[in-house]
Amino acid sequence: MNFDKELNARGLSCPLPIVKTKKALADMTSNQVLKVISTDTGSVKDMAAFAEQTGNPLLSTVEENGEFVFYMKKK
Amino acid sequence: MANKKMAIIATKGTLDMAYPPFILASTAAALGYDVQVFFTFYGLQLLRKDLSNVMISPLANPAMPMPVPMPVMVQMLPGMESMATMMMKQKLKKHGVASLTELRDLCLEADVKFIACQMTVDLFEFDKSEFIDNVEYGGAATFMGFAGDTDICLFV
Repeated sequence: MNFDKELNARGLSCPLPIVKTKKALADMTSNQVLKVISTDTGSVKDMAAFAEQTGNPLLSTVEENGEFVFYMKKK
Repeated sequence: MANKKMAIIATKGTLDMAYPPFILASTAAALGYDVQVFFTFYGLQLLRKDLSNVMISPLANPAMPMPVPMPVMVQMLPGMESMATMMMKQKLKKHGVASLTELRDLCLEADVKFIACQMTVDLFEFDKSEFIDNVEYGGAATFMGFAGDTDICLFV
């Protein structure tokens, strides 16, 4: 999937992946796609919850080699 | 549409109890909430510029996971508190959990408002110059002004 910006959140625990995602989105424009890579298992549910509550659509969540890759579109 | 609001009362100044207010406040701010944290009694310690003295005690904390079972008589020995604090900090770091200072900075960056209870500042004769700058001082009525209109209100 194409993306405009990547956030490396490997090794970070709650709430850092969410807080850093929010900060990364702040620098982007509407409809751009942010790729987030996390190793925090809790981030799977948290990213979905973040998307739902902020209205930024979560396009996909994939687990690859013990890492979680999220694609989120800025609303 | 107006933002949702969350208010937290932080009353504890130990390492374990310092995390929930900062984690919840920074997360809520990231989700678009307006957040205020009211620090009172020992929670005031979390407003110090230097948080390195925030500790955890195994004593009277029976739920704290220990590497080996430790009788209370041993927990009360000098140095046990420092050792437990050091071990907890190492564990937090290993798991990628942010430090208290880092989380507090993230809160401030996200416009979380910190209010220090003026009465307890006076009661314990705290020196305001030891606190970070981004703090307002007020009493219970100041807190109610915001808390009365919140979606989430927590006492920690």
